[in-house]
Amino acid sequence: MDILVCIKRVPMVGGRISLTPDGRGVDTEMLGFTMSPHEECAVEAAVRLVERDGGSVTALTLGPPEATDQLRDAIAVGANAAILLKTDGREWGPTATAAAITAVAEQHQAQTGRPYDLLLFGNEAADTGDYQVAVRVAHLLGHPCATGIKQLEVDVHGVHARREYRGVTELFELPLPAVLSVKEGINLPRYPSLPGRMRAKKAQIDEVDPEWQGDGLKLDGLRVPISERRQAAILGHGVEAVPALVDLLERLGVLS
Amino acid sequence: MSQTTRDTTPDATAGGAQEGVAAARPSTSARAVIIGAGIVGNSLAYHLARLGWRDLVLVDKGPMPNPGGSTGHASNFIFPIDYSKMMLELTADSTAQYKELGVHIESGGIEVARTKEREEEFRRRLSVAKAWGIEAEIISPRAVAELVPYLDPDVILSGLHFPTCGVVDSLRAGTIMRERAQGLGALEVRANTEVLGIETGASGHRHVRRVRTTSGDIETGIVVICCGVWSPRIATMAGAHIPLTPIVHQMISVGPIPLFAGTVGEIGYPIVRDVDTNMYERQHGGDIEVGSYAHRPIIVHPDQIPSNEEASLSPTEMPFTKEDFDPQLAQALELMPELLGDERVGIRYAINGLISITPDGHPVLGESPEVGGLWSAAASWIKEGPGIGRAVAEWMNGDKPEIDIHEADIDRFYPFQTTDRHVVSRASESFNKMYGIVHPAEQWADEREIRLSPMHQATRDRGAVFFQTAGWERPSWYESNSLLLDRYGARVMPREAEWESRWWSPIINAEHLAMRDGCGLVDLSAFAVLDVTGPRALDSLQNLAVAQLDVADGRVVYTSFLDELGGFVADLTVMRLSGDHFRVVTGGAGGMTDRQWIVDHLPADGSAQLADLTSAWTTIGLWGPNARRTLAATTPDDVSHEAFPFGTCANIEIAGVVGLASRISYVGELGWEIYVPFEQGARVWAALYDAGQAYGLVPVGIGVYGTTGRLEKGYRAFGNELTADYNLVEAGMTRPSVKAQEFIGKRAYLLQRDQPATATLCSFVVDDHTASDGRKRYMLGGEPIVSATGERIVDKKGRPSYVTSAGSAPSLGQHILLGYLPSELAVVGNRLSVEYMSERFPVTVAVAGSTPLFDPDNVRVRS
Repeated sequence: MDILVCIKRVPMVGGRISLTPDGRGVDTEMLGFTMSPHEECAVEAAVRLVERDGGSVTALTLGPPEATDQLRDAIAVGANAAILLKTDGREWGPTATAAAITAVAEQHQAQTGRPYDLLLFGNEAADTGDYQVAVRVAHLLGHPCATGIKQLEVDVHGVHARREYRGVTELFELPLPAVLSVKEGINLPRYPSLPGRMRAKKAQIDEVDPEWQGDGLKLDGLRVPISERRQAAILGHGVEAVPALVDLLERLGVLS
Repeated sequence: MSQTTRDTTPDATAGGAQEGVAAARPSTSARAVIIGAGIVGNSLAYHLARLGWRDLVLVDKGPMPNPGGSTGHASNFIFPIDYSKMMLELTADSTAQYKELGVHIESGGIEVARTKEREEEFRRRLSVAKAWGIEAEIISPRAVAELVPYLDPDVILSGLHFPTCGVVDSLRAGTIMRERAQGLGALEVRANTEVLGIETGASGHRHVRRVRTTSGDIETGIVVICCGVWSPRIATMAGAHIPLTPIVHQMISVGPIPLFAGTVGEIGYPIVRDVDTNMYERQHGGDIEVGSYAHRPIIVHPDQIPSNEEASLSPTEMPFTKEDFDPQLAQALELMPELLGDERVGIRYAINGLISITPDGHPVLGESPEVGGLWSAAASWIKEGPGIGRAVAEWMNGDKPEIDIHEADIDRFYPFQTTDRHVVSRASESFNKMYGIVHPAEQWADEREIRLSPMHQATRDRGAVFFQTAGWERPSWYESNSLLLDRYGARVMPREAEWESRWWSPIINAEHLAMRDGCGLVDLSAFAVLDVTGPRALDSLQNLAVAQLDVADGRVVYTSFLDELGGFVADLTVMRLSGDHFRVVTGGAGGMTDRQWIVDHLPADGSAQLADLTSAWTTIGLWGPNARRTLAATTPDDVSHEAFPFGTCANIEIAGVVGLASRISYVGELGWEIYVPFEQGARVWAALYDAGQAYGLVPVGIGVYGTTGRLEKGYRAFGNELTADYNLVEAGMTRPSVKAQEFIGKRAYLLQRDQPATATLCSFVVDDHTASDGRKRYMLGGEPIVSATGERIVDKKGRPSYVTSAGSAPSLGQHILLGYLPSELAVVGNRLSVEYMSERFPVTVAVAGSTPLFDPDNVRVRS
């Protein structure tokens, strides 16, 4: 089974986000970068399927040259190949991104005579959160699609996918080839091993230069929402604090 | 039971919201405010409380117990070894404190060698360990692998095993110390409180008055900055400097390691330092931690460190830059192939951890010379933290710290050394030497030519090889004097081994002999020249100096300054130029500390003043049997012995320049130090140089002035023989009488004179230099002096004997060593040995006391 996993390089934010002075971007000077958390799960899901059934995992990203870091991260945890759709750093909207990815998938089919069996996405990018690319790619390729997937199985019949939505469990049966977007929680992604990191360091990254297409999306500016005040309460010290602690745990429903 | 609500956002706590642990209301005044709750701040708070201090406030912008500084991500292991005696003693004290706190696990530690050069370094290290009584042993690769079964013995040549090496829980240690201080009712802890400013009084010398924080202002006369990587930023708030920079130290944690599944506690295997790759590997619970000092120096300015709110992990755990670490992965994998090559174990944690690094690698301790009441306790590793906390607390308490920490004194920095440029340059250059094989005389490559003497071009033209001191480029020897090598042949005592030949040249010894035969001209511009003037100039200096300074005008006095306990603070000369005008001259290395010591003891009413004239006067040394003839050829003044006796100074005219000549000597020859206006220095140098050609004059470097000439005369050097640990009696520097006037340390000195000395400074000759490989080896200093059969020698005060200075004595054809011995062993002819490169070399006590080996009657100096 050949799987294409699409990932995106995003700033690694853990605390309060700072904006650039012009208010049009996240100040990343002191930030690291990562792939979106949902996509880490997508990579893990792909690697597990291939480890079990054989095949290949190709990681793809559309982004600046630095996004090869994230492709190498995917290789370090088991992806076999990587494709960089190189941009000049401008943000591509979902329509254009989907078109560029579709072109890669079509070219793959033209060259190998076979389509990717499965295209995996994260449910949404951690930075722009458009929720669209997977659906658009599926539409362009004419593949079936399911989003927000938290459980995934593939067998001879195709894909069995499951998602939870407002207390309802939805089960999807999709024939291959298919497009899925997955959510955190579908698995616990592995950490890269040292040999994995070393393989990734040496791995070849295929580069494609897609042509910039205006996307109709315009960024006016960013605003950091006022975060809720985090409250910390000291319940007491030593054994004297026990009743208050028990009381709190009961209120939280931890103890019943 | 109280219930206190606190906000974790700083703006919410502004305006005095309730804050801290069970404190009903934050204090608005304190005896001292300690900023920073890392290992140093916590330790300092505890030790101050232990010494009886109350009303202490400990402030940190982060949460407890891990406010987000370097302590929080430290690797927490402690190797007991260091080439610096101060650091080694601070480490030993800290280890004892961690043990007392119950947070120390003795895991053992092994440094492994991949190269022959490193194996020699191990032998050198082993000797240092022996000097200080540290358990250590060189072991085979197989023995290493028995202790560390996951290490591939084929990759290494040998290991240096320290069984007493251990790991500590520094956060827990900090918490316990904080709680102890609170238990004594001495300490209020304010977490999540950011310091917004430090206000100082404006009248006269600035002094701290108030700390402004997000939880209100605190009136105080004492502020201690224990802020690690943030220290420069906090010091700036008070208008002061703490020269250090945050620098990245990369670390990854790999796991879960199946082998470690059974380990009870944090660590079951020794820590490994793979020193030739600048890395370490240590077990941490189920993981193995791999740390590196091999990557490019990554400097982060204190202002660039993210806040606690912005940081994704903690402020000092910055995003890992993989590409910098990649080369280390292969090396780690090579050393521990099975453990780290396991595809099932992953890199679970990886950071660019921030640590502090200073221009000279030492901490920055003490009261700021710029702002009164502002103390620094910054740039400490975990291994020194508790020791530094204790030492600084003792110092703040007005006591002499039990451990001599003068090398870490914040006073030591010249202004240029506090600039960002300098700090960053030194940090960048030293970072990769963290586990390096660093020669004791090794020179910096960058930030050279900071201070140049007026003779610089002239000395450069003679092929001067420059060594840097206090920013000054000082000629160490002159390549143009290589012609002298033939003249003196074997008398220049050439060295076979590369290590002792590094940063050294036999030309030094040739210059020495030429000076003793004719005369030598020395560029001494690095001297610090400090004029003290005013109606109370005499009183002020009398109060510091052991020697009598109420002498006739034109007298030159060599004296020590002591601390209250009679330890050495400084060693210098004082010239009485006129009644109320004294010129103090001291070495460049200690110039700033000596200056500050004097300034700190000047009368508050301004009746004595210090002017630093270092940049106004340059100093030229002229010594040798022909020094008088040379000088006479350039001056119309009478420089005969009768007109210009030893120990006097006078203005004379040289080549039309009026300068101050001072007839003293540090090399044991007739001659003068000549002080001339800086801009006329080159002229006087040239005149003396030209005049001296008829008398065998050669330019002579600091190699002669600082080592060979000095050692033949048994002259002591500050920092080597003269330290706070020893006294005048032990150093053999007592004079027949003690002056009537009071001076600091007098009471202690009088007691010392009345009692038999515990130790005596001796000169030794090496009886046989031949090592087991047949090569002749020459000690460089720091080696243990042991009995003929190799037992350590320790005096009754617990001070081990070691070589304080070592160098050639070309006039004697000997390699001379200085060092203290327990007085009962300080007997001329006593045969002992010195351990160097882990081999024993026989030595004999040649002098017990201060009698020079060369010209013992000082005929030359007084001729």
